Amino acid sequence: MTAAAVPIPDHLRRASGRERRAVVDRSMRIVTLACTVIAIIPLVALLAFVTINGVAALNVDLITKPPRALGIGGGAVTAITGSIQMVALATLIAVPVGLSAGVYVSELAGHRTAGVIRFAADVLVGIPSILVGVFVFTFLVLPFKQYNAFAGSVALAVIMVPVIMRTTEEILKLVPGDLREASLALGIRRWRTVLSVAVRVGWPGILTGIMLAVARAAGETAPLIMTALGSRLLNIGDFGRPMDALPLFIYQNARQPYPALNEQAWGAAFLLLLAVLVINILVRARSLRGTSR
Amino acid sequence: MTTDEQRSVAPAQAPTAEAAAGGTGAASPKIEVRDLDVYYGAFRAVKGVTMAVRPRSVTAVIGPSGCGKSTFLRTLNRMHELAPKARVEGTVLLDGANVYDPAVDPVRLRRYVGMVFQRPNPFPTMSIYDNVVAGIRLAGRSSRSELDGIVERSLRRAALWNEVKDKLREPGTSLSGGQQQRLCIARAIAVDPEVVLMDEPASALDPVATLRIEELIAELRTNYTIVIVTHNMQQAGRVSDETAFFTMDEDRAGYLVEFGPTREIFTNPREQLTEDYVSGRFG
Repeated sequence: MTAAAVPIPDHLRRASGRERRAVVDRSMRIVTLACTVIAIIPLVALLAFVTINGVAALNVDLITKPPRALGIGGGAVTAITGSIQMVALATLIAVPVGLSAGVYVSELAGHRTAGVIRFAADVLVGIPSILVGVFVFTFLVLPFKQYNAFAGSVALAVIMVPVIMRTTEEILKLVPGDLREASLALGIRRWRTVLSVAVRVGWPGILTGIMLAVARAAGETAPLIMTALGSRLLNIGDFGRPMDALPLFIYQNARQPYPALNEQAWGAAFLLLLAVLVINILVRARSLRGTSR
Repeated sequence: MTTDEQRSVAPAQAPTAEAAAGGTGAASPKIEVRDLDVYYGAFRAVKGVTMAVRPRSVTAVIGPSGCGKSTFLRTLNRMHELAPKARVEGTVLLDGANVYDPAVDPVRLRRYVGMVFQRPNPFPTMSIYDNVVAGIRLAGRSSRSELDGIVERSLRRAALWNEVKDKLREPGTSLSGGQQQRLCIARAIAVDPEVVLMDEPASALDPVATLRIEELIAELRTNYTIVIVTHNMQQAGRVSDETAFFTMDEDRAGYLVEFGPTREIFTNPREQLTEDYVSGRFG
């Protein structure tokens, strides 16, 4: 099928290796690749570092026993259970609030109102988390003269709400308008249409946002320092008293001059990393499945 | 949402509603439109439409792009007002009751005046079965024992039953485009409307699927009053009893040029504009 061809004229010719254009092309390739490697190194190094040190520190005591003086024979069960309880309560508070607010902004608010609320949520996402801790401290710790796990959960919820709200809104925006129209044209009420059609169709995406918010809250330290405080006593279910959490446990133990305590900090760090990674991987797997359909 | 559904639109407002509006004869019209103006903000999209739709008939609305056919259709079940700053002047009577009366609940109105859209839009999270009964379930009128019967009856009427009866639990989106559109028709008639509005229901479908939809429209005519917007003149000629021809004025407002029996619109129109359009000279 080859037609008779004339020699390639100069104006169609590919640049030869020595021309400036080709040199710039090659060097830019190398620069961008190098920057990519630099960007990834900390992540890989961190994963490797925490995994190597953390796995070495793993033992049954770590996940079954409360801390002991000097760390000999003690564990992090206080922090593990504390993190689970506080993040769970925070999720319970943040999901209804964030979801409803996202629905309001996407489905019900006027154009201008939506813009203002969206801006506020974006600012809230960027607020330094220690400020959230201080803020909650003033009205949930000071009045009771008692650090408490409920304040910790509220602080975590404050961090989670804008994340959930924004993802809900973004996801709902992706739900095709003709589905809402189809529903309304059947004589289905607006609130029903929003819940049973828009939110239902966007639910996988909204769930992804919730899981990412959970992962974020699980790793937060600053909002807990002035609220839940941390505790060396096992606290199951008493949200009126201080409670430990994995990030607090790591922060406290890593600063101690006792190797056994440092060791436990590594172990706790590995557990926290594992939890956050598992959540993120689940989210990825979910969204991959979503797109392949 | 309980039992007082039977006649929820406002009582007749205009006793003279029977006056023949589009030269359609004496039978009392199912829908009567008088001096209808439709606005989006300051822009008037449709002006001065007066026409009447006979019960259990197919009325086609044809005209060039942008002449307000779809906008007009959407005023009949008040879907139009979902657009921001949309408003309507004039009257639309359903069995003599003004659907724009403040006492009318547009959500209830839409149970009597259903709608099928241009692109098939089954609910992607629902099975074929759930799609058909979505309007009943989500409107809170679920009477579980009746649902199976409603599903079968609606799908039969939509000429889809034989193709899907063995896979009612599969997602509605697993069907072909033409089947999806018939599913949407089944969904629309499952809530037992009296009028079905169709907004270019076959324009996204291939010729074979289009033919099936047209055959279906001819059958539905015995139970429902149908108003169909189409840009396809042959389709209007094939499926409709009466045809309304819309076009656009210099101010971009759509208006009704001529309304009458389909045969006359296509073979012996009164207006030059209509003749130019149906003979393919413009649009």
